[in-house]
Amino acid sequence: MSQVPADLRYAKSHEWVRNLPDGSVEIGITDHAQHALGDLVFVELPEVGRALEAGAACAVVESVKAASDVYSPVSGTVLAVNEALAGTPELINQECYGRGWMMRVQPAAGSAAELLGADAYTAELAAIGG
Amino acid sequence: MGRRTPLYQQHFALGARTVDFGGWDMPVHYGSQIEEHHRVRRDAGMFDVSHMCVIDVHGKSARAFLARLLANDVGKLRQAGKALYSCLLDESGGVIDDLIVYLMHDHFFRIVVNAGTRDGDLAWMRARASEWDLALDILERSDLAMIAVQGPEARAKVAALLPEVERSSVLAQEAFFGRECASTSGSRWFVARTGYTGEDGFEVMLPDREAADLWQALLAAGVAPCGLGARDTLRLEAGMNLYGNDMDRTRNPLESGLAWTVAFEPAERDFVGRGALENIRKQGGPPLKLVGLVLEDRGVLRSHQKVVVPGVDAVQVGGEVTSGTFSPTLERSIGFARVPRAASTSQTFASPCRQAAVRA
Repeated sequence: MSQVPADLRYAKSHEWVRNLPDGSVEIGITDHAQHALGDLVFVELPEVGRALEAGAACAVVESVKAASDVYSPVSGTVLAVNEALAGTPELINQECYGRGWMMRVQPAAGSAAELLGADAYTAELAAIGG
Repeated sequence: MGRRTPLYQQHFALGARTVDFGGWDMPVHYGSQIEEHHRVRRDAGMFDVSHMCVIDVHGKSARAFLARLLANDVGKLRQAGKALYSCLLDESGGVIDDLIVYLMHDHFFRIVVNAGTRDGDLAWMRARASEWDLALDILERSDLAMIAVQGPEARAKVAALLPEVERSSVLAQEAFFGRECASTSGSRWFVARTGYTGEDGFEVMLPDREAADLWQALLAAGVAPCGLGARDTLRLEAGMNLYGNDMDRTRNPLESGLAWTVAFEPAERDFVGRGALENIRKQGGPPLKLVGLVLEDRGVLRSHQKVVVPGVDAVQVGGEVTSGTFSPTLERSIGFARVPRAASTSQTFASPCRQAAVRA
């Protein structure tokens, strides 16, 4: 059973979004996603300052099994990326909601409106058998 | 739902993630494929390989049969227990399967073949025996399970579970030999110092009803359960081919890095596929060859990716990755690719998105 913390919001493409006090958001991939990928060996993150469009590919996670695009759950500007993932991509497998965060983004107004709450995302996972 | 080995319940209980492999539901990992890989390199891990098929060939003409059936020469098997790796070829030199054959004793050979090819192999063997009019028993041993225990500590951990009287001779066994021995339950096990990881270790063939007990005893002894994911990264690091990826019926051994397994001597031994392979040799060898790759960039090589070999007659020619993975030991990607023969080793290849250097 995948972990789905109640205080986060989710994209159907298995990214999570955490609201930070300064109005920016932190983004990563969900427990379901890291499980499905298996051991991660490389992570490619966007450059700081890059403009992201909700639903467009913004990063790549490569596991022993496959390379997968990560889709930005919001539109906005990249403020920071988790540099630790370059040397220790396994942080995503170990703590996908904590030390395995991927990037911090300043979201464009209203761009997070489509995101799912934890219950809706859990229902989404149940529907796909996850 | 695919076929299940006698250890399926063990995998389920350990929380394994399973995949279809050659029609079988097999564990791919039990949590972390990379951790399992390291356990085999550093300590000991075990693999359920009961999906592979044990075929026993009995009969006075067994040796003559295999001498004609296999591309490697069973004439090299003189001592009981000795193992030989060989390809099983069709008339055009295509690889039907790769296998290990053990000389058990006079008139009795044991063959281990791949899971996905077992039915075709058996049909092929029986058809050849009948065509060559040889009286043989070719027995599919579905009553046997097989556990591969691999790693520097593997042999000691297995030996400790055998009756005391068997331990020293099992431990004294040379590499690439197997022997039958008594188990603590009084049954006969076949313990072979073979494997598919590049590590020392044993492959244990035993009655299927005893497999769960051995699995549990090995777990209790600290042997890590390992899935097909780690098995793949371990075999690729060790430079071993995988049937279906690196060779198949459309490829011959000479273009699959397996020329060393084809015994052209003695010249009078007429094995299936010999004529086709000799023709290829007369024409100067196959146009393609299999090479090892190390990826210089980040990323992971994957099967069927294209590789470009620069500078062959100033024309770039294409090759293809046949196996690719992330090597946990090297912490970079490695693989095999089939490329034009003219490509030299230690040359840099380009792939559409990655730089890969070849290592012979």
